[in-house]
Amino acid sequence: MSDASMKEKLEAIVGKTLECLRDAHTPDALNEIRVNVLGKKGELKNLMKAMKDVAPEDRPRVGQLVNEARDTISEKLDEARQKIELEQMNLRMKQETIDVTLPAKKAEIGHRHPNTIALEEMERIFVGMGYEVVEGPEVEYDEYNFTKLNIPANHPAKDEQDTFYITKDIVLRTQTSPVQARRMEQGNLPIRMISPGRVFRADEVDATHSPSFHQVEGLVIDKNITFADLKGTLEEFAKEIFGPDTKTKFRPHHFPFTEPSAEMDVSCFKCGGKGCRFCKGEGWIEILGCGMVHPHVLEMCGIDPEQYTGFAFGVGLERIALLKYEIDDMRLLYENDARFLKQF
Amino acid sequence: MNTSYSWIKRYVPDLDVTPQEYYDGMTLSGTKCETYEVLDKNLKNIVVGQIRSIEKHPDADHLVICQVDIGTETVQIVTGAPNAHEGMLTPVVLPGGKVAGGHDGGALPEDGIEIRDGMLRGVPSHGMMCSIEELGSSREFYPEAPENGIYEFSKEDGVKPGDDAVEALGLRDVNFEYEITSNRVDCYSVIGIAREAAATFHRKFYPPVIKETGNSEDVNDYVRVTVEDQALCPRYTARVVKNIHLAPSPKWMQRCLASNGIRPINNVVDITNYVMEEYGQPMHAYDLDTIAGKHIIVRRADDGEKFTTLDGKEYTLDSSILTIRDEEKAVGLAGIMGGENSMITDNVHTMLFEAACFDGTNIRLSSKKIGHQTDASRKFDKGLDPNTALEAMNRACMLIEEFGAGEVVGGAIDIYPVRREESRVPFEPDKINRLLGTNLSAEEQLKYLASVELRYDEKTNEIVAPTFRQDIHRTCDIAEEVARFFGYNNIPTTLPTGEATTGRLSFKNRVEAKARDVAEYCGFSQGMCYSFESPKAFDKLLFPEDDSVRRAIEISNPLGEDFSIMRTTSLNGMLTSLSTNYNRRNKDVRLYELGNIYIPKELPLTELPDERMQFTLGFYGKGDFYDMKGVAEEFLSQIGMHDRVEYDSDAGKPFLHPGRQALIRYDGTIVGYLGEVHPLVLKNYGIGERAYVAVLDLPEILPFASFDRKFEGIAKFPAVTRDISMVVPKEIEAAVIEKMIRQRGGKILEDLKLFDIYEGEQVEAGHKSMAYSLTFRSREKTLEEADIAAAMKKILNGLAGLGIELRQ
Repeated sequence: MSDASMKEKLEAIVGKTLECLRDAHTPDALNEIRVNVLGKKGELKNLMKAMKDVAPEDRPRVGQLVNEARDTISEKLDEARQKIELEQMNLRMKQETIDVTLPAKKAEIGHRHPNTIALEEMERIFVGMGYEVVEGPEVEYDEYNFTKLNIPANHPAKDEQDTFYITKDIVLRTQTSPVQARRMEQGNLPIRMISPGRVFRADEVDATHSPSFHQVEGLVIDKNITFADLKGTLEEFAKEIFGPDTKTKFRPHHFPFTEPSAEMDVSCFKCGGKGCRFCKGEGWIEILGCGMVHPHVLEMCGIDPEQYTGFAFGVGLERIALLKYEIDDMRLLYENDARFLKQF
Repeated sequence: MNTSYSWIKRYVPDLDVTPQEYYDGMTLSGTKCETYEVLDKNLKNIVVGQIRSIEKHPDADHLVICQVDIGTETVQIVTGAPNAHEGMLTPVVLPGGKVAGGHDGGALPEDGIEIRDGMLRGVPSHGMMCSIEELGSSREFYPEAPENGIYEFSKEDGVKPGDDAVEALGLRDVNFEYEITSNRVDCYSVIGIAREAAATFHRKFYPPVIKETGNSEDVNDYVRVTVEDQALCPRYTARVVKNIHLAPSPKWMQRCLASNGIRPINNVVDITNYVMEEYGQPMHAYDLDTIAGKHIIVRRADDGEKFTTLDGKEYTLDSSILTIRDEEKAVGLAGIMGGENSMITDNVHTMLFEAACFDGTNIRLSSKKIGHQTDASRKFDKGLDPNTALEAMNRACMLIEEFGAGEVVGGAIDIYPVRREESRVPFEPDKINRLLGTNLSAEEQLKYLASVELRYDEKTNEIVAPTFRQDIHRTCDIAEEVARFFGYNNIPTTLPTGEATTGRLSFKNRVEAKARDVAEYCGFSQGMCYSFESPKAFDKLLFPEDDSVRRAIEISNPLGEDFSIMRTTSLNGMLTSLSTNYNRRNKDVRLYELGNIYIPKELPLTELPDERMQFTLGFYGKGDFYDMKGVAEEFLSQIGMHDRVEYDSDAGKPFLHPGRQALIRYDGTIVGYLGEVHPLVLKNYGIGERAYVAVLDLPEILPFASFDRKFEGIAKFPAVTRDISMVVPKEIEAAVIEKMIRQRGGKILEDLKLFDIYEGEQVEAGHKSMAYSLTFRSREKTLEEADIAAAMKKILNGLAGLGIELRQ
């Protein structure tokens, strides 16, 4: 066999194969072509068998021709395979089209109580300012709840706060300030602390009252603490919790535990202070009570008021939660209705 | 406390601020205004008119046509008022003006009623003559007004046509309501507030000038007073007025009282009310002719004594209550109310005026005890300044003389053994600046103090506080006064300097935060329950009569039985919340709570109880016992409690399903329990589905909890798994099998997992089929078949020892 005829045959095989490839549209069809051409009994193999008829001096060149033909075919086969695979993938994906507007599958995550959300926010703010979070007993001695806070026996404040009594000397605490008295007694100054927790007052349940609610009280005792520091600290707090544009206003007030005492209002975060239904047209919302720790309280807790001064403040957690989340009925906080809790 | 603006102006005549300025200014200086009401807000264009002539209406019997002189002109007004008569001076609203309400005295419309020119039955009418109701008030405050008809000015009013009728009626006024704090007893009086107003707006304060009163007689010839209980009655003053002439009090006083919401009655009653408001000092008038022996005795009541107050109510007294008596009987409840037996009637000739100071606490407790609070008791219970008593008494007697209401007998009885002195506080301007964070000169501070009569004694360098200021004792009190009039909002804002402190949450708080995270990841929402509940909860939870959980702390003054004991278990709260949700048809509800229970050390309580934080979980709907177990385990694992958790089915909880409950032990300690709620308990709470609860007792958990973590490396060598399938007698718990496999599998047993459990047809009765997948791996080498075979052999022997049969 002449190498010319060999070349011719090779070209014919390549040509035919390429033609077949054009008509092949499935991996099976491709495979058939591969077997027919490149397989053990394929056309190229058959042709190789005819090599023995080629003159020995032509064999390298013919061998090269055969190799070139095989490479060409392999390459074209690969191309065709990739093309078919792509087509098939596209087809599959087309069939797999889904309705993306169907409902999502969500992990059922539970929800935190609005009181806790407000508390965590306050803890974040004050812990960031170097305050420790301290807890104390909810069932408390009258002495810590009242006497040590400058509310002696028969003080009208005891009536005003409608205390629940267990015995003559043990009460359900009406404020978390007793925790401050306990902390002050431990000494270890300076003190920067907040005491969050549950408190109790004999109020019947209604939309704005609950016999059990939560307070967060703060206390700072150090040398050279001033009323200006109290104002600065609470102003920071108000901006953090109600937004950077919040303005504060301090009004004189009276608490037995502090002197001078004040109440703090913040500019209404709904209307920005212009006056709306939310703030009853006032432009301001009353938020907390505060003042400079009364020197007699310091003395009773073993701190020298000539050396140390301090300030204290108390916020109703529910008050913050109700305002911030616009909850219109306090009872919702203790019913634990899943439809309510889900919204937080 | 209320005052009208006009009453304040009687003592601060130069005051000239708008209602809003007054409201803001007073609030910022410490006399908090709650609200104010502008009495003439809907009264516009109302003048005094005089009816010149009246003629009948041609077409209506009940109407008349009046020609009314309004000063500038005479206008025609048609009216139906039955009391209209010629010469009458009456308020007239002109066309375009406004009145506050209708003549029926019903609820006042928000924006008043506008009056226009009109035709009444064909006759033109230019305006309207007004009744007192149309001007927004009532006969209660204007007793001289007719029951039906237009208001008529009297000669005493001194008005003429064209005058401002609203002004003449005293309605150009504003009523302010204040919140007075308990330390400022002096501000429960008009002059107390006027003093604050003068200081706030930098105007001069003119207190009433009291003139000497009384005839040449001596009060001691009329009456004798003995105070037996000086502690409860630090001061008692009395004067006598004879030849009483009861009549209406002058209009200016009636207007003053009306503007404060007090109904005028007659001169004597009005004077006592007026002085009580003005000085904050309640007074009482007795008919002296009813006083047996003409001897007043102040002493505690007899136990069981009955007494009828002047409003006709009978009370049973005891010896804690102070009475005013004569030689035979009680004639008054001190500081609360006088008696029916000695009250002033229209026939009174001689009266005894009392202005006393009683112990505030006693009055408060007494009025609470008998359940009767009065205007007087509310003033007394704040603790009055005894030095005010005689001044108020003399003021009242001066008004009696001025009004011709009687003849005041000379002299006053004044039993005041221990005089209250002014308090003195060293003046320390630097200390005040250091406390406030200000830099105010001593002069400036003294100026603020002087504005509220806090005098500076140069000789002793002290601030002297008048006795009506019972709140001034120390430098901090002086600092507050300086701050109030300097202005709280003028004090700078700074942040504390000084030693740095570390902000932190306690370890307990961090564990609680983790509990919240785990619960929420597992789909539980946070609830909050009350700390107190009903003792019936124990019955609902099927606790036996003698169960120690029933030893709960009782509240001595609860809000009813439902809130009467401090809870000793958190379950009632959880099940009540689940029940609420179930009743509201909420599906698949999962709740958790972090709250205390209160375990008394002994009852009745002598020391504080053990407050134990409980992490309580509960759900109904999707899920079962093992879901709940998974949550508990995940929580424990998240706080570093991985390895030594065990479940003990012998939990003995009466409120749980007997076959589906377990104690949770950690390293042998009971740290909680979980289970399916007993069907009877579900019924008691009205929950119609299976429900599951878990309770973790944080005080037991905290000692084991830790947030420390150590990296143990990642396995380098391959693992080999072996599955074993077995038939197990039903009573053998998985924990027993697993414990045995772990022991026998040794160090190379990395993990075992139950992948199948089955009871039923293909399994012998009383048995269950279980299949475990065991994973072996060594940290040191690739395991060889022989290692695994040895371990498996030990395990299989062990299983056989438990009576467990391998399935092929």
